Amino acid sequence: MVAFWILSPIMVASALGILFARKAVHSALLLAVVMISLAVLYAVQDAPFLFVVQIIVYTGAILMLFLFVLMLVGVDASDSVVETIRGQRVMAVVVGLLFGLVLVIGVGQVSLGAIVGLDGANSDGNVPGLAQLLFSKYVFAFEATSALLITAAIGAMVLAHRERLTPKQTQADLAARRMRSYAEQGTQLGPLPAPGVFARHNAVDTPALLPDGTPSEISVSRTLAARGSVRTVPRVAIEGDPVATDHDAPGSHHRDEEQK
Amino acid sequence: MSATPFLVLSAILFTIGCVGVLTRRNAIVVFMCVELMLNASNLALVTFSRVNGNLDGQVAAFFVMVVAAAEVVVGLAIIMTIFRTRRSASVDDASLLKY
Repeated sequence: MVAFWILSPIMVASALGILFARKAVHSALLLAVVMISLAVLYAVQDAPFLFVVQIIVYTGAILMLFLFVLMLVGVDASDSVVETIRGQRVMAVVVGLLFGLVLVIGVGQVSLGAIVGLDGANSDGNVPGLAQLLFSKYVFAFEATSALLITAAIGAMVLAHRERLTPKQTQADLAARRMRSYAEQGTQLGPLPAPGVFARHNAVDTPALLPDGTPSEISVSRTLAARGSVRTVPRVAIEGDPVATDHDAPGSHHRDEEQK
Repeated sequence: MSATPFLVLSAILFTIGCVGVLTRRNAIVVFMCVELMLNASNLALVTFSRVNGNLDGQVAAFFVMVVAAAEVVVGLAIIMTIFRTRRSASVDDASLLKY
């Protein structure tokens, strides 16, 4: 019972966290907490097989599938707070509270009689006991489950499948397109110049210098330029003045000066 | 070890999942709340299995897990398909059938 009183506040808090978390990833991680705690509660209640299945299937497979899809969909796809039906959120909370109250009071009032316990049923092990039931009394349900799993697998394949609408681009197509854009718009045909490589340091965020000493815009990644983290070329590198840099550590100091 | 606290916890978790399904807009979070409800019912099943002294409840919980796994696979595939066509995982955006 100690495990229950420790875990139940954690579980309720995490479940509420699922409700209030802004980001779906946080909800998924809180759901993992709830599921692992549930697994421990199964173990407390003489269900070692379900304890293992809960951890492997639920936290291991299902929750990882959730996270996988979350990452595919985009982590920052957060909830909209706009209500499509006016007052729906408030009504949902009120009705939910009433429902929970009725459920808790109802469950609390029921007298369950003497608790038999699973010592007798688990006498020759929990897993053999479950297998005995599964392959005798519930064998048709078990067979139906296999059909369900196959249907689910095929369904997922059909839903995730996408027909190719356009022919696949081959390397020859890409080369022809590049040549055409060179002929029509004069875009650069060869590879882009590498970013700054200097005698003392090189960095992807420092543009390369053209023969006349001006920095080349296309030598740094567009992503860095969009972030605004492209460094200016140290004046030393442009002017080629070795005296000023001899006693300095290369790199940061010059850039600091440059930024001032 | 009394069974009522377990059942009350199960009821509370089920209610939280229920409210989550009704209030959240992100389809994946709604799905997680459905999973929470399934888990809550599993806890009740395991508890009743202990109260009654036979393993039928645990077998039922096992079947619930299997069905939940199948449901998650298909449901997430549907969410992926909707996201691919509509660029959004919000349950409010997928209201084409209304018009």
